[in-house]
Amino acid sequence: MAASKSSLRTPLGKVRGLGAAKRGTEHFIAQRLTALALIPLALWFVWAVAAHAGADYAAATAFLSHPVNAGLMLLFVLAGVWHFTLGLQTVIEDYVHADGLKIAALVLVKFAGAALAVALVIAVLKLAV
Amino acid sequence: MADAAASARRPERPLSPHLQVYRWPVTMLTSILHRITGVGLGAGVLLVAWWLIAAAAGPEAYATFLAVAGHWFGRLVLFGFTWALVYHLLNGIRHLVWDAGYGFEKTRAERTGTLVIALSVVATLAVWGLAYFSMGAF
Repeated sequence: MAASKSSLRTPLGKVRGLGAAKRGTEHFIAQRLTALALIPLALWFVWAVAAHAGADYAAATAFLSHPVNAGLMLLFVLAGVWHFTLGLQTVIEDYVHADGLKIAALVLVKFAGAALAVALVIAVLKLAV
Repeated sequence: MADAAASARRPERPLSPHLQVYRWPVTMLTSILHRITGVGLGAGVLLVAWWLIAAAAGPEAYATFLAVAGHWFGRLVLFGFTWALVYHLLNGIRHLVWDAGYGFEKTRAERTGTLVIALSVVATLAVWGLAYFSMGAF
C-alpha cells in the first residue's frame, strides 16, 4: 500500500477519522487469554511428559485415555495451536511486506493451524473414547 | 574540519539497535528470544502431534516414535523443545505482568530478564532430571 508520491497528504492525515482497523483488540485479547490459559496447561503438559518419559505403548495410552488427562490435553493443544497461530500472524505481519506473499502466508498459517487442531482433536479423542 | 563542523551541527545521539555493533542489553535479548522460541515452538507442536497421532495409530507407529525420540539426536531436539517451552512460558509471564502495567522500569526489566534466562536453564535441567528419574536412571 505505497502512498502515491504526488499526494501532499501525510499518511497520518489519510487515516485520521477512519477509526481503528476493528480487529486489533480482538487479536490482542485472544493472544493474552490463550497465554494465561497456557500457563497451567503447559506446566501440566511438561510434568505429564517428563513423568512418563520412556513409557511404553500400554502405559502411554493408559495415561492418555483417562478422561481428565484427555480433557487437559485437548485444552493444551487447542490453546497452544490458537496461541501459536496468533503469534505467527504477528511475526508475518511484522516482517513480510509484499502484499501477495503476506496474504498467502497468513492464509497458509490459518489453514495449517486449523488442520493441525483437527488432527490433534481426532488423535486425543480416538485414545480417550 | 568538515567532520568537526558536522558534529557541531549534529550532536552525538544514541543509535537505534543495530544488530552488529550495538551491545545487546538483556531486554533486547529476551525480546528476540521470545519471538525465536515462539516460532520454534511451532515445530514443537508438530512433535506433540506426531506423539499423539502415533499413540492413536497403534503400537507399531508408537514404537517408531519412541525409537526416534530416544535416539541421541531426538533427545537433543526434545531438550531444545523443553528449553524453548520453559523460556517462552517464563518470559510470557513477564510479558503478562508488563501488560498489567508492572515491572516496566529499566532496571526492573533488566533484572527480571536475567532472572527468566537463569530460571529457564534451571527449570529445563529439573524437567530432564525428572524425565531421567522416571526412566529409572537413578
